[in-house]
Amino acid sequence: MNGEPRLIYQYLRHDKKFPHVWCPGCGNGIVLGSLIRTVHKLGLSKDEVVLVSGIGCAGRLPVYVDFNTLHTTHGRALTFATGIKLAKPQLKVIVIMGDGDATAIGGNHLIHAARRNVDLTAIIVNNNIYGMTGGQSSPTTPHGLRASTSPYGHAEHAFDISRLVEAAGASLVARGTIYHVNLLDKLLEKATEKVGFAVVEVISHCPTHFGKLNLLGGPVDSMRWMSEHAVPVERARKMKPGELQGKFRIGVLVDREMPDYQSEYERVRQRAMEAVPYRIDPQEISKMLESHQIY
Amino acid sequence: MSLSSEAARPRLIQGNEACAEGAVAAGCRFYAGYPITPSSEIAEVLSYRLPAVGGTFIQMEDEIASLGAVIGASLAGVKAMTATSGPGFSLMQEHIGFACMAEVPCVIVNVMRGGPSTGLPTHPAQGDVQQARWGTHGDHPIVALTPWSVKECFQLTVRAFNLSEKYRTPVILLMDEVVGHMRENVLLPEAGSLEVLDRVKPNVPPEWYIPYEDTPFGVPPMAPFGEGYRYHVTGLTHDVRGFPTLREDEVGPFMERLFRKIWTHLEDIQSWEAYDLEDAEACIVAYGSVARAAKRAVVEARAQGKKVGLLRLITIWPFCRKAVESVLERCRVLIVPEMNLGQISREVKRVVQGRARVLTVSKALGRLLTPREILEPLGEVHT
Repeated sequence: MNGEPRLIYQYLRHDKKFPHVWCPGCGNGIVLGSLIRTVHKLGLSKDEVVLVSGIGCAGRLPVYVDFNTLHTTHGRALTFATGIKLAKPQLKVIVIMGDGDATAIGGNHLIHAARRNVDLTAIIVNNNIYGMTGGQSSPTTPHGLRASTSPYGHAEHAFDISRLVEAAGASLVARGTIYHVNLLDKLLEKATEKVGFAVVEVISHCPTHFGKLNLLGGPVDSMRWMSEHAVPVERARKMKPGELQGKFRIGVLVDREMPDYQSEYERVRQRAMEAVPYRIDPQEISKMLESHQIY
Repeated sequence: MSLSSEAARPRLIQGNEACAEGAVAAGCRFYAGYPITPSSEIAEVLSYRLPAVGGTFIQMEDEIASLGAVIGASLAGVKAMTATSGPGFSLMQEHIGFACMAEVPCVIVNVMRGGPSTGLPTHPAQGDVQQARWGTHGDHPIVALTPWSVKECFQLTVRAFNLSEKYRTPVILLMDEVVGHMRENVLLPEAGSLEVLDRVKPNVPPEWYIPYEDTPFGVPPMAPFGEGYRYHVTGLTHDVRGFPTLREDEVGPFMERLFRKIWTHLEDIQSWEAYDLEDAEACIVAYGSVARAAKRAVVEARAQGKKVGLLRLITIWPFCRKAVESVLERCRVLIVPEMNLGQISREVKRVVQGRARVLTVSKALGRLLTPREILEPLGEVHT
């Protein structure tokens, strides 16, 4: 962490954008720090990194950092990112979203980006609430807890983001927290290097709204809660199912090798450019149907 | 399958196919879309044409995603397009606003069908003319073109790309089901013979680049992502550096330039055609496929000794006020036939300001208007 101040001067935009918009105690700065260290450690040039965001507190993150930055519409960051990546595959496209952004208004885009396995890094900062608009419930607000639009306790049940994107087909799924910063650095690094759709869910907090409405105390209290309830996947594997009750796993949850969309589409281009019109082999068809995972 | 070899002989093709070929000829190398009648042929043609020229076709999960991907591709420096119809066009409105605000060139084709809602998917209409103008929220200029023939579907697609690149603005190609599905034998222009414009890139070093700087032309040079010009793009109102601002002295000049870049170049952007207007006493103002019936109506009216002409609007937005004004010098009667319940006749009336009678033939029946229907109101006036 000693190199931190120097890295900040190297990567943050100093010319206009400070002070930032986040509340004291917000986790977004921790995520930004981790992201900067990741880009630095991987030796990526600022020119090749495109940082794309949607709307919300996490959506304000790109403006502070000296990459190619794009602040899109609410929930649609992954669609813009898909266009950028397919148009210019040599760019390293990293998408940062909040839980409402990625799984409510952008839920459809999230599962389809995962299904296509577009080579993107998606960071989802999960603070269980809509922070910017004043603490309304999100798809990850736990059942029974309060939000400014769930004053009598939340009637709905929450998404498990990691399981959602795993089922949708993401190549890499990881979960970290803003308390376990060294682990977060490693997860972001792994996700950024991964070819294919890589998701890092970052468990964060919102002391301003979620913490206050649910009597969870300040930032330190909620970080202490994270430290007490997070279980590294390596340890969780050795635990009995009952022991994990009320806890959550952190680390790399899924890591699988699958061809990404770009390499699949390159085959399409090759077929399209061949002088002989593409004909599908009838025997290949039955083979493909048999290997279809769903059936 | 190169364009020139294809173009060497006349081809019997649909307007939708001509639109897709026009896109390829204009340098479009990215298409993202979602299937919808009656525009789907554009996607189908581009799904085999684009990969063959090294481009990308992707079918997205919805129309919102489609225009998002198109804007992303354009920011990366690749000319990009999507095509849809009414319901999908409604979904795209937020991103049309984003493209206006962030000044990202892109082309949106809307092959209009009957509405509202699911409406008449396989039948023609011109019901999205005002949606094209005012569909997205907030004040913004917009450019929209309306082809009337298969050949013009090709030509105006190329022109839509050129205008979007030149003015850094989304351009909407408002086709209708008749024009999109109609087949005509057309000789597509040779690839080399076309004027193809590309966005102006910065010629200053990156540290000098001010991404949303005002220029004498009103359109700032655009750097694609990944070429050393790192800057911020946002849908928030921004200053010349692209950073969000709430300052009146930055919001005002930005909004002023957004409009000025279009309004000071109307002569370049607007086009229309006049038929038999030299001695006309009555003028039909029409656009899209309805203008075809209107041209026939002119022939029939003249056979009956009625001095009728036609003003065909090609650029529908910004509205061709000058063209209508010039008609008013001679004509006391204007007939506005359209396949909607009066969307452009409102504009005509706004320009005419009572200086002539504006007769409307406004029918949203899911079919093309007939020449006879177009001339009907004239009978009441002249005979």
